[in-house]
Amino acid sequence: MSGLLSKALLANIGKQAPPRTEVVTRRDIRKYAIATGQRDPSFLAGDRAPPLYHVALFWDVVPLEELTPDGVSIDKLLPKFPLERAMAGGLNIEYHRDIVPGDVLIANRTLTDIYEKQGRQGPLIFYEIIMEVSTEDGEKVLTEKTTRILR
Amino acid sequence: MARIDQIQPGDQLPALTDKPDNVQLFLYNAALWNAHRIHFDLPYAKDVEGYPGLVIAGPLMGDWLTQCVLQWLGQDGRLAGIEYSNRQAAYIGETLTTAGTVLEVDAAAGTARVEVAVTNEAGDVITPGTATVRFHETGRGHDPDRGGS
Repeated sequence: MSGLLSKALLANIGKQAPPRTEVVTRRDIRKYAIATGQRDPSFLAGDRAPPLYHVALFWDVVPLEELTPDGVSIDKLLPKFPLERAMAGGLNIEYHRDIVPGDVLIANRTLTDIYEKQGRQGPLIFYEIIMEVSTEDGEKVLTEKTTRILR
Repeated sequence: MARIDQIQPGDQLPALTDKPDNVQLFLYNAALWNAHRIHFDLPYAKDVEGYPGLVIAGPLMGDWLTQCVLQWLGQDGRLAGIEYSNRQAAYIGETLTTAGTVLEVDAAAGTARVEVAVTNEAGDVITPGTATVRFHETGRGHDPDRGGS
């Protein structure tokens, strides 16, 4: 370990983003379904959402001046890391129920882990964010864990 | 005979091919509200970031994994979970193939685990993943109350 992660940085584990509420519309499902080349007619008609639709639904919408020059929005849940170049990432999603037009969904995001590993070409920082999506009534819709690697 | 009883480890999921062009990639990122220039600004992607072309968004390939699983599953069950990682980038102009294999079947639980991956023309596995599907109860077929995805 090269000790890139200070105590202050690790203290960010457990930090939560403010809850986000979004309304699901048939139009937005159809846009997503067409853009992803869905084969299932029920997705293309917008009767229900494809499994990764929530990625679009909860993508951050920020003012232009908050985008970086390369067009990226900064995730305010994340601290400033000593490594900044993003490498591969992954998702792990557990589904509880379909998303359909008219749903009002709430996403709660938590920074659940930060750790360091030695890669072949130097140290790597990993972080994990868990997003719990539920309905207004508290019914679970899905749980998504994102893992990202910085080098 | 219930669908799950006809499935065995090693069964192949029919492959899908996708060849997204600029228009599709634009619409995808617009649907997300993703302004990352590596997806639409070719001089920026090449000269500043050093990519050979416009980069296909990572979660779009994740989406194809779900489509491969759902096309194979049909109306016989739903997607219970999926995990995948974006190991290697892909670019506009490439033809990408998404295919999978059944890893295990748990008849008692009514579930199966499948391996799925997006592969590029060179044969590199660029987006590997695994998915769990839950079959609808034997003989009941598609039950809309249980959700369909």
